[in-house]
Amino acid sequence: MAMLEVKDIHKTYGTVEILKGVSFTMEREETKVIIGPSGTGKSTLLRCINQLSPPDKGQVWLDGEEITNPKTNINRIREKIGFVFQDFNLFNHLTALRNVSIGLEKVKKIEKDRAQKRALDELARVGLETQVHQYPAQLSGGQKQRVGIARALAMDPDVILFDEPTSALDPELIGDVLDVMKSLCGKVAMLIVTHEMGFARNVANEIIFMEGGVIVEQGSPREMFTNAKMPRTREFLGKIGALYGEEGKGG
Amino acid sequence: MATDFAQFFLNSLPDLLSGLGNTLLLTFISITAGFFLGIALALGRVYGNKIINGFCVGYIELIRGTPLLVQLFVIYFGLPSIGIIFSPLQAALLGLSLNSGAYQAEYLRGSIQSIESGQMSAARSLGMNKLLSIRHVILPQALRISIPAWSNEFIYLLQYSSVAYIIQVHELTFEGKFIAAHTFRFLEMFAMIAVIYLVLTIVSTEVIDRISKRLSIPGIGAAKPTTLRNV
Repeated sequence: MAMLEVKDIHKTYGTVEILKGVSFTMEREETKVIIGPSGTGKSTLLRCINQLSPPDKGQVWLDGEEITNPKTNINRIREKIGFVFQDFNLFNHLTALRNVSIGLEKVKKIEKDRAQKRALDELARVGLETQVHQYPAQLSGGQKQRVGIARALAMDPDVILFDEPTSALDPELIGDVLDVMKSLCGKVAMLIVTHEMGFARNVANEIIFMEGGVIVEQGSPREMFTNAKMPRTREFLGKIGALYGEEGKGG
Repeated sequence: MATDFAQFFLNSLPDLLSGLGNTLLLTFISITAGFFLGIALALGRVYGNKIINGFCVGYIELIRGTPLLVQLFVIYFGLPSIGIIFSPLQAALLGLSLNSGAYQAEYLRGSIQSIESGQMSAARSLGMNKLLSIRHVILPQALRISIPAWSNEFIYLLQYSSVAYIIQVHELTFEGKFIAAHTFRFLEMFAMIAVIYLVLTIVSTEVIDRISKRLSIPGIGAAKPTTLRNV
């Protein structure tokens, strides 16, 4: 049985159907990357998975439990699903350390000292041991996003959802964040929406190409980049390749 | 002349001090009670369901849409006719608290709504329920953002508490008017009263300013640093 199972997710905002039936599965410690043009429902899909925007139709299963069931305590489930936001969404009134420890203290009810020790470890893991007492406004974008990743990691999630984690960053800051994400490969399952093709190609176990609210094609990076079956996939990857040069070597 | 004024001042001092005590009592109790009432009303407006939201809107509009003096009259002169009787001080405390609560609710609501929705999303995504998210993420930020408006409310309340003299509360203005009426030294007495209010206002502004600085956190309460986002 797959760890995460997404079945036939539909989501409509107003009169626009954003997701038109999306299904896929993820295994433990797998890295999956979702690519596709803007406005295609990739971010909406992530928010449907952790129920920040509950889907209109379809099911999400985590560890054999249906989390789309209204009877499921979604707060307990969300502890197991990390979320990293495009705009970081660090808690502005808390230091980097407290941003990471607050979930442990208030949700997992771990005593403050132990929670902060764990938070220190996670911040060291993302290379921010010297910034622990700084507030978000005192951090660079890349540092903020690494705090965001540490915040998700500290909860010991089964899977972390990344919603375009480098899209709000200056180009020279993207590398640090991608390096941290790369270091997590094989340690925790990651579902990543990104436009960083080089990164996708190097780290993903599987790439999902989405367009128009559906999955057009999915496969290993090798298949997708060199031997995509659908003409639309080839066209998209070709365009991105031309834009970022040689299928993107960055990341 | 100068010694005469000094003598007048000294003679008046005990009564003025006792009036000042009541003025401070009215201000501190009402600002505090209004603070908690304001938090409840603001949260009800922003996060409450239709019924709770409707109740909060109704209350706030009722209070803000009627003069404080009329509210005090209803409590002090009106309620006894249905058997609810308050002393002047009790009536004033109740009236000022209910009144300040409505205004503080509106300041706080503005602050809550100025917080980016991503803060709530991030809290919820960690597994916090709505209440924990409000308590640990939204309110600590919203209250800090509200401090300047809250500082105004404190000063208003300090001065509007003088309205209580009309329902016979022996606060500062009441005592001043009483002495002036018995000595016919209206100008000197009310000048004295004005100076006392002025000093109180300056001191409390300074104190709130210091508290605000102690509580301040980089990036909160200042103008939205949108241009700093990618720094």
